[in-house]
Amino acid sequence: MKTLKLVPFAFIALLSFNSCSSDDNSSQPVNEEEVITTVTVTLTPEGGGNPVVLTSRDLDGDGPDAPVITSTGSVSALTTYNGTVSLLNELTNPVDNISLEVEEEGDEHQFFFSATGGLSGTFAYADEDVNGDPIGLEFKFTASANPQSGNLTVILRHEPNKAGANVASGDITNAGGETDIQVVFPVTVE
Amino acid sequence: MRYFIALVFLFIGNQSFVYSQNKVSGKITNEKNEPLDGAHVHASQNFAVSDPAGNFSIDVPFGQNRIVVSYIGYKTVEFSQDIDGDVVLNIQLKEDISALSEIEIKDKNIKTNATSDRKELKIDQLEKYSSGSLGDALKEISGVSSLKTGNTIVKPIINGLHSSRVLIINNNVRLEDQQWGLEHAPNLDINTAGKVSVIKGASGLQYGGDAIGGVVIIEPLPIPVKDTLYGKTILNGASNGRGGSISSSLFKGYQSGWNWNLQGTFKYLGDVEAPDYILSNTGNREKNFSGGIGFKGENSGFSGFFSYYNATIGILRASHTGNIADLVNAINTGKPSVINDFTYNINAPKQEVQHYLGKLNYYHTFSDFGKLTLQYAFQLNNRLEYDIRRGDSRNKPSLDLSLSTHLMLVDLETSSSEISKYKFGISGVFQNNFADTDTGVRPLIPDYDKYEAGVYGIGTFALSENLELETGFRYDFSRIDATKFYLQTRWNERNYDADFSDIIIGEVGNQWKTNPVFTYHNFSGSIGTKYQINTNLKWFTNLSLASRSPNPSELFSDGLHHSTGQIELGDLRLEKEKAIKISTTLAHTSAKFAFEINPYLNLINDFTLLEPTGLEQSNRGAFPVWEYRQVNARLMGIDINADYDFAKNFNYHSTFAYVYGEDQNNKEALIDMPPVNWNNEIQFKKQEWHHLVLGLKSELVFTQKRFPNNDFIADVPVDGEFVPTLVEISQPPKGYHQLHFSSEMTFAAFEKSKITIGFTIQNLFNTNYRDYLNRTRFYTDDMGRNFTVQLKFNY
Repeated sequence: MKTLKLVPFAFIALLSFNSCSSDDNSSQPVNEEEVITTVTVTLTPEGGGNPVVLTSRDLDGDGPDAPVITSTGSVSALTTYNGTVSLLNELTNPVDNISLEVEEEGDEHQFFFSATGGLSGTFAYADEDVNGDPIGLEFKFTASANPQSGNLTVILRHEPNKAGANVASGDITNAGGETDIQVVFPVTVE
Repeated sequence: MRYFIALVFLFIGNQSFVYSQNKVSGKITNEKNEPLDGAHVHASQNFAVSDPAGNFSIDVPFGQNRIVVSYIGYKTVEFSQDIDGDVVLNIQLKEDISALSEIEIKDKNIKTNATSDRKELKIDQLEKYSSGSLGDALKEISGVSSLKTGNTIVKPIINGLHSSRVLIINNNVRLEDQQWGLEHAPNLDINTAGKVSVIKGASGLQYGGDAIGGVVIIEPLPIPVKDTLYGKTILNGASNGRGGSISSSLFKGYQSGWNWNLQGTFKYLGDVEAPDYILSNTGNREKNFSGGIGFKGENSGFSGFFSYYNATIGILRASHTGNIADLVNAINTGKPSVINDFTYNINAPKQEVQHYLGKLNYYHTFSDFGKLTLQYAFQLNNRLEYDIRRGDSRNKPSLDLSLSTHLMLVDLETSSSEISKYKFGISGVFQNNFADTDTGVRPLIPDYDKYEAGVYGIGTFALSENLELETGFRYDFSRIDATKFYLQTRWNERNYDADFSDIIIGEVGNQWKTNPVFTYHNFSGSIGTKYQINTNLKWFTNLSLASRSPNPSELFSDGLHHSTGQIELGDLRLEKEKAIKISTTLAHTSAKFAFEINPYLNLINDFTLLEPTGLEQSNRGAFPVWEYRQVNARLMGIDINADYDFAKNFNYHSTFAYVYGEDQNNKEALIDMPPVNWNNEIQFKKQEWHHLVLGLKSELVFTQKRFPNNDFIADVPVDGEFVPTLVEISQPPKGYHQLHFSSEMTFAAFEKSKITIGFTIQNLFNTNYRDYLNRTRFYTDDMGRNFTVQLKFNY
């Protein structure tokens, strides 16, 4: 009985000495796997022409630096654009394409778009998940007749309630879930 | 004489007309037939003490009764007696050599071994919390409150202080379970405890010098030196959570001095419910096991102890937020954003914690000198925290820390004369933290090695018949050697280059590899007196000095803490915390009435606190930044207890606690100070009705009106537009009042065994409330009504 009791003890002692000896200076840095460093929205005119590329890049992830936002051009009135959203983690090598994960888990993700501060237009989802609900990696944006320069806001929610009222048509009010992306792109209009 | 007895019976009570009491009386002597003064006689729930002539008298109900006679230094006599009338029992006790050697020192003129006023929870109080946690049970003590995350993660707060400022001593081993985290509850099974004591403040110097808040001491039940085998099994069922627990323990003692014990607990609960909705993902599981073996010889003995704690704890799904906008939504909506059907399943976010403890203890008593104790203990704590993640990482923990700690102790108790005794000790600690990098998330706590050495001396002196003095001193050396990776942008933002450029040992991508090494020398001390003013009145005063080195979380945190949705920044420049606490207690006890009042003042230099300082932007939106900062703090408070047998069979018990915390640098209130709380309980006890106990307890928690204003403004999307919004995180919720009902009866089952059945209702009126010290208060109401049934078998 007595010796039996000592077995777990011996085991623990063994474990402990292992944990001592394994402590060399082999600490490895962690490159955040899930951080989305780069959000790119590409708006390609339906009738052809130069796409407008909006990028928000934050190479220190959750670090102190704010994202750097760039734009390659301007949007025209009464034009319909085919939009795509691409998400990258550029901290890992090779670069991780997170859009693919979002697409795979489309039923747990949804993008919400809004045009504010003078910019106006309509958004329509152009893709769907396994349940026929929208994801938003692909969408259409039609600028209105009299748009002014303003903001295009992209929000990605993880585990939203896609069955909530008006959620499938792009209203975030009842979506719930957690925010994975919330980026505001200034957009100029010509 | 007959008239006198009749008179006594009349006086004792009217129940004698229906259920008459019987008187067991007699004389207690030793082997030389000398009377023993002050021997304890227990029968059913009564007890009596023998007078100087060895005579005792005790009331005992009809039927089989277990009678226990004990006297310090003698073997306890325990037997079953069928009582059907008044009985005379003369009992002879035999000297217990092994026990005597242990208590030899205490049995001198010094009556207690502490001048600090210890508060204790006994086994029957602890058993009520068999399916709960240590933190829940400790709330019974005035001045102890709890810092909670949901209902399962419960940390004790002593006089307003918690986490690294409260030491937890389990089985004479300082618990090392990553106690720095606000959502890290003590990793131990309350069912292993036979007694829990609380020392408020730093006067428990043998346990450590950094107990700025206090010390919680958990001790197992002692096993007597005699041939005995006993055990108990406790079954609990709870309606809220729709589950329960089973805990069983077995103790075996031998006349030869050997003993062993085994204990195990299994707990299984699903989602708990607030009055209006289910708190999704709040289930928990525990699988705990412990065992010990020991030998008590004439002059020496040893013991070995092993325990394993394994818990899986669900974190409220709705408390996991992505950014500030989500937090604002949660606060404004007033109810959880995710409410699913009841389930036993636990998904992310969750914690999986395992704690192993192994201990070897040896003591030897040298006659004319004292008692020497040697102890080695090893602890391994593994903590896995799971967040809501994407893709392949879905089933990977976001945090995987393994903390292993080796602890050596040498203690010596000795006395130079009948009126003084001394305790000396040295201790050594080696600790290693290993942060697994497979998580794919930068660890909050880096890899480190920590070396500690301590030495202390405590003297207790009986200055006069009524006055005892205890004084002690302690020195601790501590050195922490870490390997930490900093984002270069963070390194610059913290402006570390100016002071710490020499600790950089490499560059990997956009991170600096650094090797911070810090050494601390801490001095602590205490002086206390106990003055027996008269037989009913005692007066304790205590002055203690404590100092605490910054913990790894305070030094090294840098990054997003997923479970709180905030960026937490440690500071390499933090100094050690130094506290002076003055405390005094006046305690009155008489047969029917006990009252205790304990005011205190705690002045803390370089008190480390976590406060919001601004916002940082990322592609996920804005996050609040919380930084560790040091201020001079002042905590003042008062704890009051009262206990009154106001009528036959009726007892009133009350506890009250108030603490006032002030940040003296900024002239504002300290964050997270417990609000005034006042508990009142009335109990009805009737021995004759199978030890019936009925209780009604009122728990009154006032609104905390003193709090620092940490509200901030952030841009939150409303209808597609970003609107600057005040994020109201400071305002404590309203106070609340709850009623709890409890009841209990005990039945004799078989020979030498009994069953106790308990039934309780917590939150009797299903009151909606939120508690300031519950970290899920932004997202949800607290737990609703809970019916529990407890079956306890003693055999």
